[in-house]
Amino acid sequence: MSTTALFFTLIFVAFAILLSFWQRIGLEKDIMIGTIRAAVQLIAVGYVLQFIFQLKSWSLIILMLAIMITVATLNARKKGKGLPGVSWRIAVAITSTEILTMGLLVGLKIIQTTPQYIIPISGMIIGNGMVVSGLFFNRLKSEMETRREEINVYLALGATSKQAVSSVMQNTVKASMLPTIDGMKTVGLVQLPGMMTGMIVAGANPIVAVRYQILIMYSFTSAAAITAILLGILTHRLLFTKAHQLIDHL
Amino acid sequence: MQKLIAVENILKNNLHGQAILNGITASIIEGELITIIGPSGSGKSTFLSLINRMTDPDAGTLFYKAKPYLEMDVLQLRRKIGMVFQMPTMLPGTVRDNLLVGPKLFRETVTEEELDNLLDQVALPRSIKEQEARSLSGGQKQRVSLARTLANRPEVLLLDEVTASLDPHSSEGIEELIQELHRQQGTTILWVTHNLKQAKKIGQYTWVFADGEIVEQGKTIEVFERPLHNVTKDFIADAFDKEEVLTL
Ligand SMILES: Nc1ncnc2c1ncn2[C@@H]1O[C@H](COP(=O)(O)OP(=O)(O)OP(=O)(O)O)[C@@H](O)[C@H]1O
Ligand SMILES: [Mg+2]
Repeated sequence: MSTTALFFTLIFVAFAILLSFWQRIGLEKDIMIGTIRAAVQLIAVGYVLQFIFQLKSWSLIILMLAIMITVATLNARKKGKGLPGVSWRIAVAITSTEILTMGLLVGLKIIQTTPQYIIPISGMIIGNGMVVSGLFFNRLKSEMETRREEINVYLALGATSKQAVSSVMQNTVKASMLPTIDGMKTVGLVQLPGMMTGMIVAGANPIVAVRYQILIMYSFTSAAAITAILLGILTHRLLFTKAHQLIDHL
Repeated sequence: MQKLIAVENILKNNLHGQAILNGITASIIEGELITIIGPSGSGKSTFLSLINRMTDPDAGTLFYKAKPYLEMDVLQLRRKIGMVFQMPTMLPGTVRDNLLVGPKLFRETVTEEELDNLLDQVALPRSIKEQEARSLSGGQKQRVSLARTLANRPEVLLLDEVTASLDPHSSEGIEELIQELHRQQGTTILWVTHNLKQAKKIGQYTWVFADGEIVEQGKTIEVFERPLHNVTKDFIADAFDKEEVLTL
């Protein structure tokens, strides 16, 4: 795509702004900010990627992954507001997921050990980890609010905190994994995933693109499970004292 | 007579560091039935939750049979000191499932006969066993929660406004049940209630809470007939006045 063609895409933005103005939706400012941010962020990332791909420096790759994990953590922790120590728990869960998943992908020689593969696929795994963590805390907070009495009944009957919260945790882990699993069920029928579309548009053979898409979706599933289960283990101490008492900060 | 539970110099603050319980010292003799009264927010529920270690004090010590709470296994303690809450919360499953939760936690088997006895004790028909617990009426649920706690064979029973959400008829039913339990098995009972008539009718001893302290404790008749403390006088006078107005 030529630079001129790229500039022409601004027509779409102008169109959206006009519509917003005409219908008094009041989104003109947001659209402009979004347009500028998208362009600046993506172009910057493009140059950064190009730079890293050329240098092939491992410390730079790791730095890039660390930044991705930090941004993902900062984003997901908003959902855990009110719980102390949520940030490091999310960071640990996402980092472990990334290491395990990448370890398998590289170890089994499913992907090549080059930045071209590692960075985009890591980006998707970390992004999915962010979504899973957000869903996890969303659900955990609402379950702990609505099922507080139930948990106290279990504790008062002599249950350990693990026993008392087990059904809450099951629901929470399940709720955070479900969208990933549902995504596998409808993929290709309703919409073509962004990565695959991108590859095809850029000229890749659709069968090759599909293979990578399958790889992504399968690794997402295990990644979602790892993130959610790790968060389950890590957040237990946030909810209960060692003496099996519910902590009161939710 | 033996002190079953002793509470010494208990302090408990809320999250902002304000005192909820402010220096409580008290003891409970085995087999006593104590009613606890006092204004809303005076710390009655918090006190009960300390007694079965659902929460810990910021300062002070509790003893069970002269043994400090912190040296005991908390799960065994909770089993010995059963608690029933104001809101009867049913756990998933049938009435049977609910009654078996406690025994299962301690890997104990319950015979069909024992289950029937539990239901008899709380005056529920034996046929109710297979019903979905969450579909029961409020009064039935509260009976199930009581039976569920009794299934652990507690030595002490903590009751936190257990009749508050019930109609007068169900409420009287529960009162009778608990008095019966106390007579027959000598269970030690601490009963928090807002219903002063109930407190007077049922209690052997009555404690009055105000602002995180026990301002008065003694034989129930004496507390109600000859209150010493101003808080108690006002509180009792107030409540009975309102009731007279209501019944007129
Ligand atoms: N979970 C909690 N978080 C913060 N404050 C609490 C909590 N539970 C109780 N408190 C505070 O502790 C104080 C005592 O509450 P508690 O529930 O023990 O009173 P109570 O005597 O049982 O009142 P009531 O008769 O209304 O049930 C109150 O000021 C209350 O605001
Ligand atoms: Mg209360």
